[in-house]
Amino acid sequence: MSGQGITQIVVYAVVLIALSYPLGIYMARVFADGRFAAGRWFGWLGSIENGFYRAIGVDPKKEQDWKSYATTVLVFTIPFLALLYAIQRVQAHLFLNPDHMKGVPAHLSLNTAASFITNTNWQYYGGEYTMSYLTQMAGLAVQNFVSAAVGIAVLVAIVRGIARRSGGTLGNFWVDLYRSLVYVLLPLAVVVSALLMWQGVPQTFAGHATAHTVQGATQTIARGPVASQIAIKQLGTNGGGFYNSNSAVPFENPTGLSNFIEMLAILLIPAAEVFMFGRMVFARRHAWAIFAAMFVVFALGVAINLPAEQHGSQVLRASGVNLTQGHGQSGGNMSDKEVRFGLAATANWAVATSDASNGSVNGGFDAMTPAGGAVPLVNLFLGEVIFGGVGSGLYGMFFYIVMAVFIAGLMVGRTPEWLGKKIEAREIKYAAIGALFVPTMVLVLAAISISTKLGLASVFNPGAHGFTETLYAYDSQGNNNGSAFAGFGLTNFSAYLGTIAMLLGRFVPLIAGLALGGALVKKKVAPVSAGTFRTDGPTFVVLLVGVIALTAGLMIFPALTLGPIVEGLMH
Amino acid sequence: MRRVVSSIIAIVLITGFFGFVYPLVMTGFAQVAFKSQADGSLIKVNGKIVGSRLAAQGFTGPRYFHERPSATSPAYNAGATTFANLGPTNPQLAKNVQAQVAAILKLERPYNPGLTVHGIPVDAVTTSGSGIDPDISPAYAALQSRRIAAVRHLPLATVQKLISESTTGRSWGFFGEPGVNVLDLNLALDRTAGGTA
Repeated sequence: MSGQGITQIVVYAVVLIALSYPLGIYMARVFADGRFAAGRWFGWLGSIENGFYRAIGVDPKKEQDWKSYATTVLVFTIPFLALLYAIQRVQAHLFLNPDHMKGVPAHLSLNTAASFITNTNWQYYGGEYTMSYLTQMAGLAVQNFVSAAVGIAVLVAIVRGIARRSGGTLGNFWVDLYRSLVYVLLPLAVVVSALLMWQGVPQTFAGHATAHTVQGATQTIARGPVASQIAIKQLGTNGGGFYNSNSAVPFENPTGLSNFIEMLAILLIPAAEVFMFGRMVFARRHAWAIFAAMFVVFALGVAINLPAEQHGSQVLRASGVNLTQGHGQSGGNMSDKEVRFGLAATANWAVATSDASNGSVNGGFDAMTPAGGAVPLVNLFLGEVIFGGVGSGLYGMFFYIVMAVFIAGLMVGRTPEWLGKKIEAREIKYAAIGALFVPTMVLVLAAISISTKLGLASVFNPGAHGFTETLYAYDSQGNNNGSAFAGFGLTNFSAYLGTIAMLLGRFVPLIAGLALGGALVKKKVAPVSAGTFRTDGPTFVVLLVGVIALTAGLMIFPALTLGPIVEGLMH
Repeated sequence: MRRVVSSIIAIVLITGFFGFVYPLVMTGFAQVAFKSQADGSLIKVNGKIVGSRLAAQGFTGPRYFHERPSATSPAYNAGATTFANLGPTNPQLAKNVQAQVAAILKLERPYNPGLTVHGIPVDAVTTSGSGIDPDISPAYAALQSRRIAAVRHLPLATVQKLISESTTGRSWGFFGEPGVNVLDLNLALDRTAGGTA
């Protein structure tokens, strides 16, 4: 490991905090009650916002209880599933298709539509040779905005449930959706797109270019409206690439700097939401404690992945080639990695993308060493709560916090409280469903896949690695991440099983979270006393990390022994 | 029912703005502000597109610097990128690496006496993530430089100078790792005296 590589990662962490903290303050203002865009300078923005509510016929002042909020989320999201499916099926007959892409097959269209409306962005397809520009920008990229905004809206509603001291409502979905889209995601996407264009990411409606190479071959160079899509794919923790090899492709990620910008974009909003939460519930120290717990797990991931990859894979070590870092190379396991990123920037990315539910990759996961690849595998399985998906990460963390507070309460023999609200049987039930449903489902679906002929047809690599591929596929889709051990192949069976994983993995925790918010909003706030368990100190950080490790961590362990651990012992 | 109507209108409005207005405006901006990048960083020689600065294109024979192996089909397909996806213990990975090692030793040993497998940097024998990684490590460029100098009858110092001119350092001296852009370098070689034969 090089000192330079470690310094890059430390700088990443520092810049991430420096940017996400003010963004969190800004977001807390965006989602505060009443008008956000007002006054002499921003009044026109408020007028546009009100125009939107008039156009769709809703009263922004009318608040919703958790059931109404959840219903609106579903009623808004499901038609998008149909629309995205339809666009893919008929893209051959529509406009903005300069490279004459054919219609996408039914099973792939359904999997992809479910993938993008659930903020997963699992890809059984290669974008640059499957999707028309219309599908990419008006289908997939729209979902990159919308699925992220839905995540933020739901989070904000749940946070209101914790913050409010009276009433039974959580806010208005349409207001939260609009403000996420227009005041948070859009400005950031514009800035990040422009930065990426500057670094070399294409942005054109012209079809592919044809080059006649130096040695006389013909080369097809795919391009398109890439930068505008890549910006929101990272910011919205979506991760679906314009190109098949995702952010490893130079056209998506041309330089060391573009790589740094995209990595920041991956964790920016999820990290900011922690600070936003701290402001909205008037518990900034509690927010820092949550941030610290997330950061510990993040750092642990880098500390395992980077040395493992630098050490190199079994095959490469046996081959005798030079893996040593220095003298003009970054060395290590360069299989399916890019020279301009090298080992440190690829390790940093792999951990960031799997902590967030982003899933974009700047190097192949399938080729990682057993220990290196186990890091994203476990990160996903923890439920994408280490910063996590936009919105969904923090409300996923709430489930663990409720459990941590509950366990602490049992230990000291008092009714557990979280931010003054009593945690009782109902809250624990919702938290348990939210935290445990997805990991259980992942194990069941992976088991079905690995034990049936239909499932085994997707496996690409032999032996224990093939098992890991399968586990990763359902881990990733169930937790709405979208990264892959990409050898895992598309079949009818894998497309439909994955669709089920993504839809349940998105909406079960989402509804459990809103139900938790709905239960909490009705609780009176108890005054802090000497016996109240403090949720803003190091004890809480340790407890929270411990609860995560003891629930999801222990659930994945038996499966780890069958996959990465067996493979790690092979020579 | 009102909810459904609201949703449908919202879906139309949102798709219209984020699906069309946003990418159109960004494209307009890119075409004005960053024209070359926006079109794919294409490189033209005598008015003809010979490739992109951001895509490996594959070079064979002793006269050119070679790129990293590619898993795309055909190799270096910038219209269908892919990883190799071979696991760290996959026997096929071992076969591919061994074949690449043998090919490099055969090609470079005449110009690098005493070259062994330990002298081959790892990026030279591994597929890249995209299959079109435009860069090789400075170590792999250095290994190939003696062959290029000998075959093209150029002083080694000239070749080394061209390598350093085609080397992209870390962004701002800090982010990422240095890489040598192979297409850039080979085009520079062809422009140099003793270039195209």
